[in-house]
Amino acid sequence: MNIVVCVKQVPEPTGTNRIDPKSLRILREGVDSVLDPADEFSIEAALQIQEANPGTNVVVVSMGPDRALEAIRRGLAMGANKGVLVSDANLAGSDALTTAKVLAAAIKRENPDLVLCATESSDAYTGMVPGGIAHHLGLPLLSYAKKLTLAGGKVQIERQTEAGFQRVEAQLPAVVTVTGSINTPRYPALKGIMQAKKKPVDQLTAADLGFSPEQVGEKGAKEKVLGWAPAEQRKAGTVIKDDGTAATQIADFLAQLKVI
Amino acid sequence: MDFQLPEELIDLKKSIREFVDKELIPVSQQVEDEDKIPDNVLKQMKELGYFGLPFPEEYGGMGVGYMGYCVALEELGRANAAYSNILGAHTSIAGGTIALGGNAQQKEKYLRPMAEGKMLGAFALTEPGSGSDAASIRTTAFKKGDRYIINGQKIWITNGPYADVITVYASTDKTLGPRGISAFIVEKGTPGLEYGKVDHKMGLHGSHTCPLFFEDMEVAEENRLGPEGTGFYTAMKALDGGRVSLAAGAVGGAQAMLEASVKHAQERQQFGKPIGENQAIQWMLADMEVEIHATRLMVYHAAWKLDQGQRASHEAAMVKVYASEMAGRVADKAVQIHGGMAYMHDSPIERGYRDVRILRIYEGTSEVQRMIIAGDLLKNSSKN
Ligand SMILES: Cc1cc2nc3c(=O)[nH]c(=O)nc-3n(C[C@H](O)[C@H](O)[C@H](O)COP(=O)(O)OP(=O)(O)OC[C@H]3O[C@@H](n4cnc5c(N)ncnc54)[C@H](O)[C@@H]3O)c2cc1C
Ligand SMILES: Cc1cc2nc3c(=O)[nH]c(=O)nc-3n(C[C@H](O)[C@H](O)[C@H](O)COP(=O)(O)OP(=O)(O)OC[C@H]3O[C@@H](n4cnc5c(N)ncnc54)[C@H](O)[C@@H]3O)c2cc1C
Repeated sequence: MNIVVCVKQVPEPTGTNRIDPKSLRILREGVDSVLDPADEFSIEAALQIQEANPGTNVVVVSMGPDRALEAIRRGLAMGANKGVLVSDANLAGSDALTTAKVLAAAIKRENPDLVLCATESSDAYTGMVPGGIAHHLGLPLLSYAKKLTLAGGKVQIERQTEAGFQRVEAQLPAVVTVTGSINTPRYPALKGIMQAKKKPVDQLTAADLGFSPEQVGEKGAKEKVLGWAPAEQRKAGTVIKDDGTAATQIADFLAQLKVI
Repeated sequence: MDFQLPEELIDLKKSIREFVDKELIPVSQQVEDEDKIPDNVLKQMKELGYFGLPFPEEYGGMGVGYMGYCVALEELGRANAAYSNILGAHTSIAGGTIALGGNAQQKEKYLRPMAEGKMLGAFALTEPGSGSDAASIRTTAFKKGDRYIINGQKIWITNGPYADVITVYASTDKTLGPRGISAFIVEKGTPGLEYGKVDHKMGLHGSHTCPLFFEDMEVAEENRLGPEGTGFYTAMKALDGGRVSLAAGAVGGAQAMLEASVKHAQERQQFGKPIGENQAIQWMLADMEVEIHATRLMVYHAAWKLDQGQRASHEAAMVKVYASEMAGRVADKAVQIHGGMAYMHDSPIERGYRDVRILRIYEGTSEVQRMIIAGDLLKNSSKN
């Protein structure tokens, strides 16, 4: 069985994203980049399937600048077997749908039974890529999985909803997006870290995947970012000094909000 | 000449730092207060491979050599010293003697489970009457058929209260002095192995020592490490690695105290400005930085030498004495910069100040290290 996990390198999510006012892209220079923490859940899900089904091949695929290799390495250190990095200056400025198109082409080469993505990335956050991948591969998409099981050539998930969950299933191969409540991702074992460098990583360009420079990157983008504005500053909270009535005051405040 | 760590070790360092920051530092004060590392934390460290860092891969280790081991201990040293202390006794000296002096069967039976975190090790050399003069131990081992009968007493044995495997040093021939000392692998539960009360220590809370008593304790001949009379030399060789890695832990501890001091110097305001704007404070910070950097380079050099398979007793002695005294000076300055809050029990600086004090005593006191260094100089046998 082949599982492809799509992973993205993002600026350290505990910081605030800065936007380049000219290109309107997220500034990545001088910012620590990490494997998107959201992707660790899908890698963990793949590794758990691998543990239960020996022989399962887990491939992490990323599109991004050369240094996205570090994110792939983290996946390999956790236990994935192989990496695929699609990197090419022509890809810079790709919109989400182009990203999906390119990723789909890279994923197809791996002959996957299951493609796992996070629900949305921690930086650009569009949540459109997994749907795009499913479209280009002609596969069903099961979204928001908080639980995932495989049986009889099918994948069944519990889809998180506001009210509870729905149980849905699809025939493999399929694309599944997972949420942060699906598991607790492991730390890479020290041995895994040492071995990660020895595992194979295919490095591909857009041309390798059959795309011309016009079909991808800024030129191929059908979507254009027009502008941006910082989120409204949150108002400073109220500080209650305890003169003996603080508890009552807080309780009243919460009652007024109807949370208690 | 290349001052960059190899890429795998940079990854290793990053990933250990993340683990230390997320899992170890948050419970450091709890470890101090409860005098115990939470079981799940130790379990996690064992599963991730922390207990087998320098051991060969063929025996379940990580095979990262002394350099990788030191990089790891430097990161671990940033948290409560109990972590690196338990790990150091297990790895450098208990596991180290088996790795250096053990045969294939002994390594398979003991080193592998130790490396995999399934067995914890301790190293028992010191006795009430024998500390710095380690060759003067009085514990004896008499051969009887294919077994040895061991009698004697050890004190302050780190991991002693719960170790699964203990390397015990005993004299098999009193007339030969150090050449009559042999090393034995003793398993927990061996009849005749008795435990004293766990010691109350100044620091290193969360890591435990106790006395061990051997009363006609029988150990199979196959558990002797190397030929009779080689035990002392194996121990001294393991201590070379131990001293270098201990210094690595000291660098990490000092680094954490420097970082806390820089932050405090920027944040704490007195006389209407951050205290860090005073030259008196700046000079302390600068001196801390210089000494930490110097020690780190000494650690890497000594570790590199060990990884080349060269004897590094001289370098190990130098880095041990320098690192342990450096850590003391850095901790003292950190207390000064933090003022009264560093004197309070819930301050990591207060804990660090007590914890670094042991570094000048165990694995050979500062005086013993200077004896080694000066002895080499006077014999004119020191090599650069
Ligand atoms: C040279 C180069 C420069 C780039 N510069 C930028 C930039 O400045 N800003 C920017 O936002 N993007 C950049 N990208 C990446 C790409 O354009 C984005 O990945 C894309 O916009 C996806 O949007 P999203 O994060 O909203 O995805 P979402 O749809 O929110 O992501 C959901 C999930 O889809 C998968 N996924 C998404 N993107 C990728 C990916 N790239 N690789 C693998 N899996 C993925 C992950 O599993 C992710 O969790 C660059 C790429 C290249 C090659
Ligand atoms: C917390 C802790 C953990 C320990 N863990 C272990 C362990 O796991 N295994 C183990 O075997 N041991 C262990 N020890 C013992 C430790 O190694 C000894 O304490 C150390 O070797 C010093 O011996 P001593 O305490 O008997 O001091 P002594 O040897 O009595 O020395 C007292 C003082 O005299 C000085 N001195 C001695 N001889 C000379 C000389 N010739 N010239 C100048 N000065 C001299 C010493 O430097 C020191 O300052 C531990 C000790 C402690 C406190």
